[in-house]
Amino acid sequence: MDIIAKNITHTYNEGSPFSSAALKGVDLTIREGEFFGIIGHTGSGKSTFVQHLNALIRVYTAEKKYNPKKDKNTEKPVLQIGEFDLTDKKCDFNALRAKVGMVFQYPEYQLFAETVFEDVVFGLRNFAKEKPTKEAEEAAVQQAIEIVGLDYADVKDKSPFDLSGGQKRRVAIAGVIVTHPEILVLDEPAAGLDPIGKREIMELLHKLHRDWCRTIIVVSHDMDEISENCSRVAVFSEGKVFKCCTPQELFRHSEELEALGLDIPLTAKVQRALAERGVEIETDFTRDDFIAKVSALFRKKTDKGDDGSCGKM
Amino acid sequence: MRKDVAFGQYYPVDSFVHRTDPRTKLLFLIAYIVALFCCKTGWGMALCALGLLTVILLAKLPLKLVVRSVRGVVFLLVFTGILNLFFYRGEGEALISWKFIHIYKEGIFYTIYLMSRLFLLVMSSAVLTLTTTPIALTDGLESLLTPLKYIRFPVHELALIMSIALRFIPTLMDETERIINAQKARGADFESGNVFKRIKAIIPILIPLLISAFRRAEELGDAMDARCYSGSSIRTKYKKLRFTYRDVCAFFFMAILMTGVFLFNSYGAALSALCVQGWNALLGLFGAV
Amino acid sequence: MDMQETESVAVRFENVKFKYDQNSRYALNNVSFSVKEGEFVALIGHNGSGKSTTARLINGLLEATSGKITVFGKDVSDKKNLFEVRKSAGIVFQNPDNQMVSSIVEDDVAFGPENIGVPREEIGERIEWALSVVGMTAYRNSSPARLSGGQKQRIAIAGVLAIKPKILILDESTAMLDPKGRKEIMDVVLRLNKEEKMTVIMITHFMEEALLADRTVVLNRGKIVLEGEPQDIFKNSELLETYNLSLPGIGYICKQLQKNGMAIRDCLYPEELAEEIASLLQEES
Repeated sequence: MDIIAKNITHTYNEGSPFSSAALKGVDLTIREGEFFGIIGHTGSGKSTFVQHLNALIRVYTAEKKYNPKKDKNTEKPVLQIGEFDLTDKKCDFNALRAKVGMVFQYPEYQLFAETVFEDVVFGLRNFAKEKPTKEAEEAAVQQAIEIVGLDYADVKDKSPFDLSGGQKRRVAIAGVIVTHPEILVLDEPAAGLDPIGKREIMELLHKLHRDWCRTIIVVSHDMDEISENCSRVAVFSEGKVFKCCTPQELFRHSEELEALGLDIPLTAKVQRALAERGVEIETDFTRDDFIAKVSALFRKKTDKGDDGSCGKM
Repeated sequence: MRKDVAFGQYYPVDSFVHRTDPRTKLLFLIAYIVALFCCKTGWGMALCALGLLTVILLAKLPLKLVVRSVRGVVFLLVFTGILNLFFYRGEGEALISWKFIHIYKEGIFYTIYLMSRLFLLVMSSAVLTLTTTPIALTDGLESLLTPLKYIRFPVHELALIMSIALRFIPTLMDETERIINAQKARGADFESGNVFKRIKAIIPILIPLLISAFRRAEELGDAMDARCYSGSSIRTKYKKLRFTYRDVCAFFFMAILMTGVFLFNSYGAALSALCVQGWNALLGLFGAV
Repeated sequence: MDMQETESVAVRFENVKFKYDQNSRYALNNVSFSVKEGEFVALIGHNGSGKSTTARLINGLLEATSGKITVFGKDVSDKKNLFEVRKSAGIVFQNPDNQMVSSIVEDDVAFGPENIGVPREEIGERIEWALSVVGMTAYRNSSPARLSGGQKQRIAIAGVLAIKPKILILDESTAMLDPKGRKEIMDVVLRLNKEEKMTVIMITHFMEEALLADRTVVLNRGKIVLEGEPQDIFKNSELLETYNLSLPGIGYICKQLQKNGMAIRDCLYPEELAEEIASLLQEES
């Protein structure tokens, strides 16, 4: 399922003294199979946008008819996810939500059931057209719990509130992916975790991307996370998409990001400091690639150094 | 992202009324209500309406907003009005009599009276909440209730509880919205089904919300402890409400209004008679011409 | 221990043990350390290592099961000292939303001074000072609900500063913030430490933040396992891994380059690493 968004606008509390425009015409296309990153600081509109993908916030044309005369300064919005047209009032939003999973920030705070099993099965039962059999339920829950890296037999009857912080977050993620969504959107999935926990969550996302969900969309503040993991990235600023490209391209122009008040990955910082010292390195800004490129330069130099006696140096 | 919802009704503009001390506004409202109930003549009622209109204009409030505040209680008001209209026993002949319903001339007057009184009452309270932040109201109440400390009424604790509650309303509203969204994303349906189904649908919101509220309360307790809160008597108070020229103006305004109402109570009938006489004289004059 | 020493030591833990309830394991097991006045100490360790417990023990929110904790020579376990201890050691917690009592910034900052009975006029001055230290003077009459996470946390710091503590404890106060908010907080903390000579105890799991401290203490399963200057601590990458801690990013890259045969010194900052690499690559062969 591809996501095609055009001219998405959204204003909170329209018509009240507190109204604020969160999205001012967002154009963005996310292809099936991408590991997509969304960055931008608080208030840039990125959270508002991702909530559109799940119809938690509806495109305004799905609520009232688009009126070309009245809304003459805005083009008609487009929001197409696979076969779902989200600008249409008649769109089956429930079916859409089963296909687009959404993991909110600190998802462990949405746990409610008495047992881990009951919590994970919640979404499955909600989306099922007819009540699934007990065996089917158990199989699906077991699969979901196992893919997030927990021991099914061990945790299924435990209260989710007795688990550790990291485990709770995994259960919450299992509760979202249990319906096999094709697109999984995660808002700051690693927020508040220690470095090891962060690494584990990112590993989990790659596993999910490989075996479970076609498309992963991650909203993050952590530029290292973005540069290490994402195939493409969109930068939100003031309710618009400021830039959409590969991390490699994005971080090559790191001064643009800093002008927006955003951080840049460590590798980009070192690369820039190296450029100032006359050492140019062409890298995709992942750590491994950066290390490989620097080492290659080093080897080239030592090789030259070895036969340097007959070279021009 | 929070939606920046203003809770309560506070209408954020800068005006004379907004800047008036909350205590003055509270006392003003009480006096105004007293005036409304003491008022016995149409003249007085008109004066009260005029007074409220002046305050609304001074407060730079859109009239629409104040009128809208009545919407919530409009059914109650109309219902009370109709009961009065139907069952008020006047003297002399009823205008309309049908089964147990008798409408008298006095009944109509009395109903108009009662309705305007209630509408003015609701609107005047709305003006208070529209021009005063909840936190200022709390401060005002605490200050006005201070004398009750001497009969060991926990004024300060009550005010602190109110202020903390006000502080956490937007936070918990945000949280509720986030949880609702998270459960909706998992296919929860809050809109359809019978009562039992709907109550059951609330559980996935209620439990996380309760857990979070308890967690917050616990953390807040720690934070208050760490900031040396002990509720002891050495506690001082930073915020002191101060009366300014605005409050003097407000008191004068109220005094004029009340005097007007009472004067009309005593001399309203005479005034009406005078008007009728004047009117007749005027008609006579025209007739002569 | 003579009087001179007692005065210059801000916090001292002696063989402190603590457990949350009778049957659980020790959250802190025989911990001894001290923090000198004016020092900036970072406390790191993975989740559940006992670092937050330590913060709460210092100002008596929790009571040690055994051992002795003193703050400027005053025994924390003595109830008579509790008020004094809390006045001299303020804590800023993790969630900025859960430590504010008022919907107006200045009222919230006033809460602490009110509690300790500071006269009205002086509270005004303290609010002014505390807000200027954290750079939030312009928001004195705002509502915290409209502020960003970093701004809220700065207000929380101002609320603690207004009590005029000598020790500032930050209990994962940056964990819920975005990078911009984290930087704001670190700037304030460093300024307080350097300019106001405030003792700072910072609990964090951001290794980059721990690097800025004078000294780093590493906790693992309730015990202190490493202690020293951050530069030295982070050079010991294998050991850190065993405590479930990771190197700061630059440290990792540096180690890998060394493994690939590059003769560069241990680095922890981007500029430093670039300098090392550049000079190695550009040196005349």
